Amino acid sequence: MRDVSVIGIGLTKFGELWDKSFRQLISEAGAKAIIDSGVTGKEIDALYVGSMSAGRFVGQEHVGALVADASGFSHLHIPAIRVESACASGGLAIRQAYLSVASGMNDIVVVGGVEKMTDVYGEEATNILATASDQEWEAFFGATFPSLYAMIAARHMHEYGTTREQLAQVAVKNHSNGALNPNAQFQKPINIETVLKSSMVADPLTLMDCSPVSDGAAALVLCAADKAKNYKDKPIKIIGSGQASDTLALHARNKICTFESTLYAAKMAYKQAKLEPKDIDLAEVHDCFTIAEILAIEDLGFVEKGEGGKAIKNKITTIDGQIPINTSGGLKAKGHPVGATGVGQIAEIVEQLRGDAGKRQVKDAKIGLAHNIGGSGASCTVHILEAM
Amino acid sequence: MTQGGVSRFWREIPQRYNLIGNQCEVCETLFFPPRESCPTCRRKSVGKMKNKKLSGKGKIITYSIVHVAPEQFKGQAPYPIAIIELDEGPRLTSQIVECDLNDIKIGMRVEATFRKIQEEGYIGAIYYGYKFKPAKV
Repeated sequence: MRDVSVIGIGLTKFGELWDKSFRQLISEAGAKAIIDSGVTGKEIDALYVGSMSAGRFVGQEHVGALVADASGFSHLHIPAIRVESACASGGLAIRQAYLSVASGMNDIVVVGGVEKMTDVYGEEATNILATASDQEWEAFFGATFPSLYAMIAARHMHEYGTTREQLAQVAVKNHSNGALNPNAQFQKPINIETVLKSSMVADPLTLMDCSPVSDGAAALVLCAADKAKNYKDKPIKIIGSGQASDTLALHARNKICTFESTLYAAKMAYKQAKLEPKDIDLAEVHDCFTIAEILAIEDLGFVEKGEGGKAIKNKITTIDGQIPINTSGGLKAKGHPVGATGVGQIAEIVEQLRGDAGKRQVKDAKIGLAHNIGGSGASCTVHILEAM
Repeated sequence: MTQGGVSRFWREIPQRYNLIGNQCEVCETLFFPPRESCPTCRRKSVGKMKNKKLSGKGKIITYSIVHVAPEQFKGQAPYPIAIIELDEGPRLTSQIVECDLNDIKIGMRVEATFRKIQEEGYIGAIYYGYKFKPAKV
């Protein structure tokens, strides 16, 4: 295994982008990443793209070839691979691209993530997202995707005394970060009352506890670390990559308030990076719902199990806090075009480690972590990156 | 979510109508829904998974009230959905019925009852299965 660096990043705006199609979004992000990296088209060995459900959202499968074509690579006939792991499709696309370079098979690859979710009505989007849960034993009986996370929240409140206000504080913090991010879907700060008074989706979670339906794409250029300096003065090295899985249905697990997929993926990434949670300077975590961020900071080892709510309330996860979480605004405010999310998270970490994050910049950020969850925790990827 | 043929629902009638799970004859662990093999005994359990009817009695591990419901469930919203641990061990997801929304509690004793689960619009198939109600003391 050889070292791999990120030498280019590209993002579209996230949001309701009615004037942009699936293929326009991914080719825009890809082109930005390639231009940022300085590589030429002919140097690219392969394309990877994460998309959860292009088939249901835009009625289009065969996404690998489509992306190669839309990006102007079809005449080069390079391999193009679509990767799916529900909401962790982006994180997994990165891991597959990373492994292909680490193995020595490829030197330079472009990895993208994309979802075009607003070509269907909101209700259909909800149904499509529910395909990440167990269709036959959860969704069939009336469990919606938000209700699965709501059941985690209810149990977390029951076991650890986490409060409704602490959940709301996650949304408040992430919207305040999103307000500093020009690519975020929501760029307006909110307060706790806004969250508590918004309409109920699945008790105890309100609309403002939920990440939005979004369009968007993100892309990275990965390069063998020994060649990265040829393109970029400040390549950002991937020093740990982990992935794990768990039962598809939430009910099939003994623990409701722990995602073991996060524990195992993080363990793998920390071990490879030879680091511990206390060494991480900032993290982008999968806050598809406010409770998910609380679970994530506990399962990643930043705080003790059960202490996540208090940590949010004590503001240790703000941009100037002890462990800044979701400086981009997270899925909650930056937006959650599912296939793009995991790639966008790493783009944020790279921007931070380069020192290019502007108003969101975390002081002296050297090591960042990205955590991407599929479904209600049935899959997870964790990546750790370091500024060299 | 209910596109497709009737066979997808027909083949799960025993489990959904009668709570039939199965048991690994090697380690005696019970499963619901039934599994092709036991995750603990794996190859030793192949061909040794025996059907077993479950009692339908258990308790609520956690729950939520669904306010924003999919099309097939709209007429039922707001409705409670819960993770239930059966007395024999397996857990499942089910709606709770015959209970005031404010009375549902974690730890509450419940029992299975046979109900309509959802229907595919006005002319489509109607699907049945289990829901749970507060247990008689």
